[in-house]
Amino acid sequence: MSVATFRPFARALHWLMSILILTMLFVGAGMVTSVEAKHAWLLAIHRPLGITIFVLALVRLGYRLTHPAPPLPADMPEWQKLAAHASHWLLYAMMIAMPLIGWGMLSAGHYPVVMGGGFILPPILPTDAALFAWLREAHRYLAWLFFLTFLAHMGAALMHGLIRRDGVLQSMTRGSAD
Amino acid sequence: MQEPLNRREPANTAWRWAVIGIAVVGAAAAFGYVGGWLAPSRLTPKRIIDVLQSNGGDHPGYRRNHAKGICGYGYFEANGGLAAFSSSPLFAGGRTPVVGRFALPGGNPYAADSSVPIRSFALRFDLANGEQWRTGMNAMPVFPVSTPQAFYDLNVATHPDPATGKPDPEKAKAFFTSHPETGAFLAWVKTAKPAASYVTETYQSLNAFYLRDANGNRRAVRWKVVPETPETGTGDPAAGDTDYLAADLNQRLAKEPARWHLQMVFADPGDPVDDASKAWPDGRKTVDAGVVVIERAEPQATGSCRDINYDPTILPRGIEISGDPIIVARSAAYADSYLRRTSEESHLPGAERPKEDQR
Repeated sequence: MSVATFRPFARALHWLMSILILTMLFVGAGMVTSVEAKHAWLLAIHRPLGITIFVLALVRLGYRLTHPAPPLPADMPEWQKLAAHASHWLLYAMMIAMPLIGWGMLSAGHYPVVMGGGFILPPILPTDAALFAWLREAHRYLAWLFFLTFLAHMGAALMHGLIRRDGVLQSMTRGSAD
Repeated sequence: MQEPLNRREPANTAWRWAVIGIAVVGAAAAFGYVGGWLAPSRLTPKRIIDVLQSNGGDHPGYRRNHAKGICGYGYFEANGGLAAFSSSPLFAGGRTPVVGRFALPGGNPYAADSSVPIRSFALRFDLANGEQWRTGMNAMPVFPVSTPQAFYDLNVATHPDPATGKPDPEKAKAFFTSHPETGAFLAWVKTAKPAASYVTETYQSLNAFYLRDANGNRRAVRWKVVPETPETGTGDPAAGDTDYLAADLNQRLAKEPARWHLQMVFADPGDPVDDASKAWPDGRKTVDAGVVVIERAEPQATGSCRDINYDPTILPRGIEISGDPIIVARSAAYADSYLRRTSEESHLPGAERPKEDQR
């Protein structure tokens, strides 16, 4: 039986970024709630990892726009299809927005945006404490939204793979079966 | 449209749903644990700032510690003396602009200048290459405690009693008895007098850091800024004057800039690097790195130092944090305080409004 799957490049990016983004969410949650030595090294990881995700997300978005995803099964209820499409685009939006907000927030706080090894990104916003506070809170709440969207995404993927068994999970886990 | 692979109802549906549930709940629980929401006893930046805030009172828009202060602007002029020990271009020579802030410890922005015998001096050096060095120094020889937990416990133990407005002496005594590391600080503070001027004080990093030279060697140091202006002893403020420090600073700077020598004190082998409650013996090798010159002061309400988080982990290459746990805890706690006060300044929804008439 033939089944349309994501191309190898899309699958590779998906799984690589899933690891990076999950790591990022846990690093972020851990660093803002710890006062021990790990706070410093988590923070040192957070910034370059965020920029890495940003660059990969742009590549992935470009690839996705030029290489459409396999269609969802015809017998899926409309609301589920809508939820699937909306959550995918929400994930793309957050992959790009979160690093930009983090970068902008540090710029507004007049922090050096240290990538490590002496490499510093230039500020993308003027120094402004009010802007810092808005962006810092946006970063927090979008991180929550990001994690909840991830949970829904993972739960739905497992539902496709274990309950519906309709090939949607397989389209991301294995190559074309034909 | 693709063909469904297998549309028969799978066996063991309940078991399959359970796997999905465990995956989702497990991921959420792991996130909740890492984020501290499922570990309420963990010492977090929020808890440290909460106790400082409850000790200092509600003063929206202000720092939760060292709330009363004044901005000072100037520059650092390196003499090249430290270039052999730190690769940072900051120390090679020449001028680097600084934004400083003089302050009193404590969370009350209206505290009398004579209420504490400690003054602090924070600096942000803005290097030409975009790097920054931020440091917060205090005019005292040692930090009272060694760990963030002990700092938190100290602030809980010295929480003002609502009835008297003063800490309960029994609780404070119990804390100090159970924390012998506070001995050096207590011995000093017993005889310490509130200085009449910010300009005549020597301010210490207290925490140790590492300098790294161009060859990759690192050496533990503590730094201090030592004033060129001697204490005259004639500047005793008038009785009842609670804001003499700012007036004194403005008066002095109107005449001439204030100057301090930035001195790096090098640890000998065996000196405690990771414990800010222990002084290093006198006579340690000391290198003069140059002068910090403050030319102009400005009230913090309008000054740019107000919105600076003097996070001691923001360092240029050539200076690195040590294993002293207080350094990272300061960074984490300052970030929480910074978000609170900038949110209040910015009138974010849910944030308290600063009392504009008092600023």
